[in-house]
Amino acid sequence: MSATTLTDPRGADRIRHLPFWLGAVGVALAVFLALRLIGNEYGYYAGYFVLQYVVLASAWNILGGYAGYVNFGAAGFLAAGAYTAIFVRKAFGFDLIPGILCAAVVTGLLGLGTGYLTLRLRGVYFSIATLCLAVVLQTLVVNWDYVGGSRGAYVIRPMTIPPFASYGEYIFLVMLALAVITVGIARTVEVSRLGRGLQAIRDNERAAEAVGVPTLRLKLMATALCGALMGVAGAPLPYYSGYLNPDAAFSLAFAVNAIAMPLIGGAGTWAGPVIGAVLLASLQQAATVTISSALNLWIVGWILVIFVTIAPRGILGWFGKR
Amino acid sequence: MSILLKAERVGKRFGGFVALQEVDLELRTGERLGLIGPNGSGKSTFVNCISGDFAQHDGQVTLAGQPLNGLKPNERARRGLARTFQLPQPFNSLSVLENVRIPLLFSGAAAEATPRAMECLDQVELGPKALKLPRELTQVEQRRLELARAIALRPQLLIADEAMAGLSNAEVDEIVALLLRLNGQGVTIIMIEHIMRAVTAFAERLIVFVAGRKIADGVPREVLALREVEDAYLGKQ
Repeated sequence: MSATTLTDPRGADRIRHLPFWLGAVGVALAVFLALRLIGNEYGYYAGYFVLQYVVLASAWNILGGYAGYVNFGAAGFLAAGAYTAIFVRKAFGFDLIPGILCAAVVTGLLGLGTGYLTLRLRGVYFSIATLCLAVVLQTLVVNWDYVGGSRGAYVIRPMTIPPFASYGEYIFLVMLALAVITVGIARTVEVSRLGRGLQAIRDNERAAEAVGVPTLRLKLMATALCGALMGVAGAPLPYYSGYLNPDAAFSLAFAVNAIAMPLIGGAGTWAGPVIGAVLLASLQQAATVTISSALNLWIVGWILVIFVTIAPRGILGWFGKR
Repeated sequence: MSILLKAERVGKRFGGFVALQEVDLELRTGERLGLIGPNGSGKSTFVNCISGDFAQHDGQVTLAGQPLNGLKPNERARRGLARTFQLPQPFNSLSVLENVRIPLLFSGAAAEATPRAMECLDQVELGPKALKLPRELTQVEQRRLELARAIALRPQLLIADEAMAGLSNAEVDEIVALLLRLNGQGVTIIMIEHIMRAVTAFAERLIVFVAGRKIADGVPREVLALREVEDAYLGKQ
């Protein structure tokens, strides 16, 4: 029996999930109702854009934020999800929801395979390997006529899907649900045994290995989960835009934003990528509408430089939450 | 007493450089072994071969009769082999308590992780600092945290690799007393150390490495009196 008494010695074991899920569903409902009240189709369009990055940034954070393995291949995983959705639609007639599930499986396996091949590398070598993956995937897709090759692929969207008011509302709600689920998964990982192990790996991988943490197994789990969720972020993309080509799917903007958003919000916490994604994606949407979408990466670059200089622990670091 | 650790003809090369040559060692359960030698003599290389940090090496290593060759460090840790490092290597973003809980979370004893971690922290007198971050600890407290984390899984063998480097005399005495207490609880300990005062106060058996070879093995007083050992440390007369 311990001679020391803490305020709550078992506090570290007891994590409450219900309030989080109720809160997340409540916020999602409020956002949806607000957009419905506004009643402008652009609201759904912009909302989808922001939420897509909430999913992508939260997924990146599982490996990059919790375990400290910086993945430069986010665009590759997102595009793999998008093209899986196109493939299963063309090959089997699967619609959006089954397409998302297939994308999760395919990109999860892709993440696992990538992890198996690259996780013995550390630091910048791992990052370069993930960047190479995106280049290899893009080359494959460009030369794969079945999914449109370099010409791209079209998805004919219906005007409405009952009972939703418009197709825009439907696809926004799908992405809203994916965002809630992804953030919930990220939080569950953070407070779980897996998350604790990943944090130990980030802090000191050699020491973690020495005290019995199965580092390779945890990293493989993280790459698979991270890959699956990034694929999920990309699967609705062809349905959202109605057309997808390799340049758009493998856009540098996805790779840069996936890294910049968690860093600006506060990497290594579930809330950081959400804050970073909402802030940066909203700003990019505003710039797109008011100035030009060509400025998006310029804005991200400047904000990233400013944050790395004055707030290296991100916005949450200001509040001592990390 | 039974043989806990057995190393047979353990060797390690780095390219053309031979860091360790055919070292044999039998360590009995409960023994307190001191491992000394000048810098570059192969002490840490030997320890890294035993702990699994060097996956590829010559020779065989067994712990309690079970072969360790081919096992990763985390698998060796779960079989009862713990180690500390020359420089404290805490998980800096996690609390002191969480640092000690980590090994327990992956040992099959996750349900008892917090009480067991507190027990270990109390053992090294860090209980009141359980909720602090490692960077808030002093140097000697960080060493004690390393030991608490190492003993969390109730190891059979603890390798303390220069656990007293950089500490004051009083702090060295404190760590030696702690290691003696752990040994009294049944933990077999290998202490690698340059501080002779600590080695002589702790070890009941002493091994000396020079240039990757074991040159002496015996009772500390007798080993330290050997001419070869004196030559190794002070140079040949």
